[in-house]
Amino acid sequence: MGSALLSGVAHAEVGYAEKEELKFGFIKLTDMAPLAIAYEKGYFEDEGLYVTLEAQANWKVLLDRVIDGQLDGAHMLAGQPLGATIGYGTKAHIVTAFSMDLNGNGITVSNDVWDEMKKNIPNGSDGNPVHPISASALKPVIDGYKAQGKPFKMGMVFPVSTHNYELRYWLAAGGIHPGYYAPARGDTSGQINADALLSVTPPPQMPATMEAGTISGYCVGEPWNQQAVFKGIGVPVITDYEIWKNNPEKVFGVSSDWAEEYPNTHIRVVKAMIRAAKWLDENNNANRPEAVKILSRSQYVGADYDVIANSMTGTFEYEKGDKRDIPDFNVFFRHHATYPYYSDAIWYLTQMRRWGQISEPKSDEWFMKIAKDVYRPDIYAQAAQSLLEDGVMSADEFPDFDKEDGFKPPQSDFIDGVMYDGKHPNDYLKRFKIGLKGDDQV
Amino acid sequence: MASLKDKISAFSVKGILLPVFGILVFILLWQVGASRVHTSLGEFPGPVVVYEQWNSLVAEHQNERVKADKFYVRQEERIAERQAKDPSYAGIIRDYTGKPTFFDQIFTSLYTVLAGFGLASLIAIPVGILIGLNRSVYSALNPVIQVFKPVSPLAWLPLVTMVVSASYVSDDPMFSKSFLTSMFTVTLCCMWPTLINTAVGVAAVEKDLLNVSKVLRLGWVTHVMKIVIPSAIPLMFTGLRLSLGIAWMVLIAAEMLAQNPGLGKFVWDEFQNGSSNSLGRIMVAVLMIGFIGYLLDRVMLAFQRFASWDKTQVLR
Repeated sequence: MGSALLSGVAHAEVGYAEKEELKFGFIKLTDMAPLAIAYEKGYFEDEGLYVTLEAQANWKVLLDRVIDGQLDGAHMLAGQPLGATIGYGTKAHIVTAFSMDLNGNGITVSNDVWDEMKKNIPNGSDGNPVHPISASALKPVIDGYKAQGKPFKMGMVFPVSTHNYELRYWLAAGGIHPGYYAPARGDTSGQINADALLSVTPPPQMPATMEAGTISGYCVGEPWNQQAVFKGIGVPVITDYEIWKNNPEKVFGVSSDWAEEYPNTHIRVVKAMIRAAKWLDENNNANRPEAVKILSRSQYVGADYDVIANSMTGTFEYEKGDKRDIPDFNVFFRHHATYPYYSDAIWYLTQMRRWGQISEPKSDEWFMKIAKDVYRPDIYAQAAQSLLEDGVMSADEFPDFDKEDGFKPPQSDFIDGVMYDGKHPNDYLKRFKIGLKGDDQV
Repeated sequence: MASLKDKISAFSVKGILLPVFGILVFILLWQVGASRVHTSLGEFPGPVVVYEQWNSLVAEHQNERVKADKFYVRQEERIAERQAKDPSYAGIIRDYTGKPTFFDQIFTSLYTVLAGFGLASLIAIPVGILIGLNRSVYSALNPVIQVFKPVSPLAWLPLVTMVVSASYVSDDPMFSKSFLTSMFTVTLCCMWPTLINTAVGVAAVEKDLLNVSKVLRLGWVTHVMKIVIPSAIPLMFTGLRLSLGIAWMVLIAAEMLAQNPGLGKFVWDEFQNGSSNSLGRIMVAVLMIGFIGYLLDRVMLAFQRFASWDKTQVLR
């Protein structure tokens, strides 16, 4: 179907933008980079678009503003368009035709917790702890809290955030129950049966909240893990690259009404962002230092250059001084990072089901239908086609659109080794020890 | 001669030396105090850091203006290019899309606060006169006023935001929604002192003046214009000054909470940045907010001096 759609439009030139003045929202995180670069490098202007970028207070405000039209589009958590479309939280049909990046998050714990955890982690020949660190090293710490009657609290950025699912994935893989949601019963705290209580904190406030002792750890995007290292208040124990290699992260979301009303504008926006993503990864990340300089401006991420540079230039500092190479910590274009794969959407939906945000059992067809409602590779393909015609990209930089069905091959690069095949979401859920599956309900 | 000299020296001690002394002591205490507070973003900013950050904000503003000029040039070229292909295209010059600088934010805040305060005054003064003149209306409205008076802007804001979003729908809006929500929140919070003071002022017109009005058989309108308002003016202005002070405070809070453009957003953005410059920049904004609040009060005072009939009254 995708290819039939594509061949119909393959040679039609993209018309002028219906709406030239646009306002996009973002959260102060390094993975908003494609927006900043598309703006600063004039890619939006090349498409005849006059874009204003505006930092938003938190993910909820950002989503609400896209829904009520104050923002034309926004840097979103991949779970947000899906959650909104199925009506978890605010119900609204949001679509995405552009995936903003892969990886880019980490899980950080406070110094006290780290001191306890360290006792359960073997050291390598270099004297540093052996990575990746499993949550099973955290389990005795949590048991200790329990014995003292204290709750163990951690922060994540939004109920349908990648961070929530990654943190839960990591905890569950280490035998720690992160708790269920039961929206049908009105329980949206996600703490039913929980060993670790997870709650929402906006990304930039994570370090301060942990420093204040409200939470003992968190899962967040950059630069807020490296910030904890620089401030000396916590230690990142694992990156999401080690939880799930090359996991999809943020997407660029617009409301479906907006997409219908301004189809050319939408394609042009995606074109500009594809170019920006390519620029970010070009020549083996050669442009990254410049990107970091741009991101450290106060209107974008605004943190200090050194803090942002750590992860953006392919390294990650765990415990102070323990700096390791993770060249793919932030991927913006390689590995077809910008293409909106249905299988990525379905993974998020499986996690919503796993933790009870989707309280009823759903068929595999249902997962597919929602993925197709929200992820729009057709729009992406038109943008890519237009870029090929403009001569700024080459066909080998994109998936083969004629053959692409939107599913990545089954992957097992997860910390627990469980294999994920997007075509069989219900079978996938059955492979987990902790989590809802089949007809389970909370 | 000697007396003049005394006067000059007395004046300079009181008028210049003492304030300068006060400021110097404050800056000294600030510097000493700041160096003892260590936050996770570094030392609390002292006067020197704040001065540096002020300079960097000025430089940023100038850079942004240069970028804006280039932006307009590029835009004109682009429009010309498209018109060459498509003559029917009427190019519209779009506003600069870059970031609002510190000084742009000051301007936005001033504009918003004056609009909100103006609207509040337009409502509060007539209603205040009405309830001051008529005890029955006063009794009817008083409970409502008393209940709404202490409500914080943080409570109004979500309601105002939702109402504005729902009711102000237009393809080509004259005002942005963020401006309207800030403005209405300011209005709702700052109208009460003007309203109450006007009512008290109106109700407290001297008996003699009321008798004069009765003897002369003044019409209702003349009575209000010639007798009531002039005698209520001192209290009315006290109310207006209080209102403007509240308006300014409320606006900054509303901007911070709702992320609406203005100085409040500047402060919040800097807090979220968490860079080593952030605290210094927030401190610049704090001083600027205080200074503007002070200027606003002085302007109102000047108006009061101008409008008040009793020039002997001590105003400060």
